[in-house]
Parts: sequence; structure tokens; C-alpha cells
Amino acid sequence: MRRVRFWGTRGSLPVALTAAGLRRKMTRLLRNAEGRRFASDREIESYLESQDFAVAGTYGGHSSCVEIETGSPEYVLCDLGSGARAFAQAALARHGPASPQTYHIVVSHVHWDHIMGLPFFIPAYIPGNRIRIYGGHPELETALRRQQDRPSFPVDFRAFKADIEFVRLEQAQDCEIAGMRVTTKLQHHAGDSYGYRFEDGRRTVVYSTDSEHKLADPAETDGFVSFFRKADVVIFDAMYSLADAVSIRADWGHSSNIVGVELCQLAEAKHLCLFHHEPAVDDEAISGLLADTRRLEEITRTGAPLRVSAAYDGMEIEL
Amino acid sequence: MQISSRQFADVVVATPVGRIDHAAAGLLEKALMPMLEQAASGHGPAVLDFAGVEYISSVGLRVLMIAAKAMRARNRPIAIAALQPVVAEIFAISRFDKVLSVFPSVRGAIETMSAPALAAFDAAAAAGLG
Repeated sequence: MRRVRFWGTRGSLPVALTAAGLRRKMTRLLRNAEGRRFASDREIESYLESQDFAVAGTYGGHSSCVEIETGSPEYVLCDLGSGARAFAQAALARHGPASPQTYHIVVSHVHWDHIMGLPFFIPAYIPGNRIRIYGGHPELETALRRQQDRPSFPVDFRAFKADIEFVRLEQAQDCEIAGMRVTTKLQHHAGDSYGYRFEDGRRTVVYSTDSEHKLADPAETDGFVSFFRKADVVIFDAMYSLADAVSIRADWGHSSNIVGVELCQLAEAKHLCLFHHEPAVDDEAISGLLADTRRLEEITRTGAPLRVSAAYDGMEIEL
Repeated sequence: MQISSRQFADVVVATPVGRIDHAAAGLLEKALMPMLEQAASGHGPAVLDFAGVEYISSVGLRVLMIAAKAMRARNRPIAIAALQPVVAEIFAISRFDKVLSVFPSVRGAIETMSAPALAAFDAAAAAGLG
């Protein structure tokens, strides 16, 4: 594995930066510049780099889609949220439509925000492409076909001309995908979701989204600690505060930054990546969450430091 | 983690001491719930004196949420008091400071709950027992 690339990081539904939100960012950037003049684009870039990401950037709004770059020519994606469209456009721009490719797509579950990108996934329409869609859900194929039935969408699943196959993944039964060993884990979420651990013998990435940790059962906690054990990156659903996750949003199937830090510390993971951001929160709130989480990691650290980041659309993690 | 309790008039003050980590959270729940049951059945509020708590995990925080829900269901107030700085930060990061009543001191918490309990607490403090 070479890197992880995020194409969609938002939970529940896509969001977009509004004109008013963009105006607020520009106002702050101009105010922070204090009348400074920039002689080149490089100086502008350097200035923007010096600013808080919530001001000079945006976490973005596509729903879940994460690429694991393996170093092989075959693509590996986690989930088919709206970010899958952006991924597909980039892949087509790289190869052109006439060059057949293989896409391995591992799906956490069939809630809409995790599958809504498929109808816009252009490689699926192109003959010669090979697409393998994996998941723990028995209804995966049904759900993907159904979302393109009329009147939900004008183009039927049968319009896909790529060679598409569905592969059912079984809990605790490893399989091999694009040269990686993949372990599947059932997670607590309405209608079930599945987490995936990818290992290539050198690096380990865990994709664990839409997973509530009830905290009451030590055996369940131990199971996730094993699943995250010594991972290089854990992509973790940190949608809610812990207070919300155990009270008004209990049983909504999501987790918190606090539980993410604890599980990663217990598992001696190296990097916790906060993921599946709540759509109601803005960039400043996500940056605040990131700062809080880094502070929590610092004050509760008992072993090696755990790196903490907050995923944004376009972010890359080198492995 | 150890836990004890004292009664000041109608207020129960429960005092856990140590680290409330994943392993200790179950002990906290087992020890705390009967104390709160006693407080609620006596129609009294409860204060958790956290001065001796060095750390609390998510599982421990969940126990506090269960305790708060149990007390609120009986319309009895519950407060957490005297957080150490690290624990206060964990409360803030988890947003538990937004959903539980948190006070800088046990006395400050009792003051909002019961005049007789405050008098008893002050008398015990004056006698060196508070």
C-alpha cells in the first residue's frame, strides 16, 4: 500500500460550502493578510498554507468514498458515496475511456450515502472495465440495483456495460483483494455495517465507518481492539460527541472522537483519521474537533503518540 | 478505583477515587447505582465528588450518563463536582460538561441543592470531617 486518498468524507448526505460560508472565509483571509502584497502565486500559496485549514480550505462535502492506492494497477475503493463520482472522473482523466481498468469496491453497508455514487460512476458504463463489488451485506446487489430502478433514477442498472460481479464477504473470513488480505468485521449500525482491515504484509489500513461502540461489553471492545491492532491508519466514524452518542443519539449507529482515541490507544494504532463528519457542522467545528481530539490523545497518552487527523475531500495519507 | 459515600442532611455525596478506566467503570456502576438509589428513594439529590478521580474513560462517562438518567427519571438532581484539570478537559472534549451539571466544588454543588445539607457540610468541614 502506498497511500490513502479521500474522495468523500461527509456522513449521511453530501454538503456544499455556501456562498456565505465562502465569503466568511475570504473576509478572514483578507483581514489576516493585513494589507500585505503578494509578489507571486507561490507567496499566495505560502500565505494560505500558514492559515488555519478551516479558513483557507474546506473539509468538503462528498459522502463516503476512500481510495487505497496499492501500487498495483488495480484500483481499490471503500464505499460508493458521492465521492465515487469525483474518483471516477479522475481515473478517466488519467486513462481515458478506451483503456480497460479493474476496480475493486468494498462497501461498508447499503445506506444511501454509501452507495449513491454508483449511478454516476462512469467506468461502470464502459465495456471492458472489470468491477468487483464486495461487502458483508446479503442485500448488497439488490440495494445497488434497486437505487437505479424507476422512478428513483432514469438509467437502469442494466445500462452498465462493464463486467460487474458481486462478492459476499464473510465476517472473520479473510479474503484477498488486489494483493491485500482483507478481514471483515460486523459493526453495530442500523441494518448492520461492516468494517474492513486491509493488510499487505507491510502496511495495515482499517476502514471502520458507521459503527457505534456501545462500550458496555468488554468482549466487544476487545474485538475492535484486535481489529485495529497496530494499524498504520484507522479511518474512524467520529460523527458525534460522546455525550450525544450515549444520550440523544444513542442507537443512531455512530461513534465519537473519544472512543476513536481510546480504541486506537488500546490497539497501539499509529494514526487515527476522523471520518464521516456530521453534515450539520461547519469547517471551524471540524477543526475544533480535531484540536480537541489531539489534545485528548496528548493528555491520555500512555504509550507511543497516536497521530490524529480529520479527513477532508482530497486529503492523502502516505503510508 | 475506590468509592465511598457520605450523607449531608438530604444530600448523598459519593466519592470515587482513582482512575475510572475501562476496567474500573463496571465497579463504579455497581457501587454507584445503589448509592443513587438510596438518595433517590430518600428524595434527596446526589453529588459526585471527583476531586480524587485522575482519569475517566468513555465507559466511565457512560456510567455517569446512566446515573444521571436514573436520577432525572425520579426528578432528583445530580451534580459532578471538583474535577481535576485533566478530567475537566475530558468532560469538555466529550461535551459531558454540556449535559451534566458540573461545579467547581462539592460545597458549590450542595449550595444549589439544599440549605440543610449545606449547613451539615459546613459543620462537618468546621469539625475537620468535610
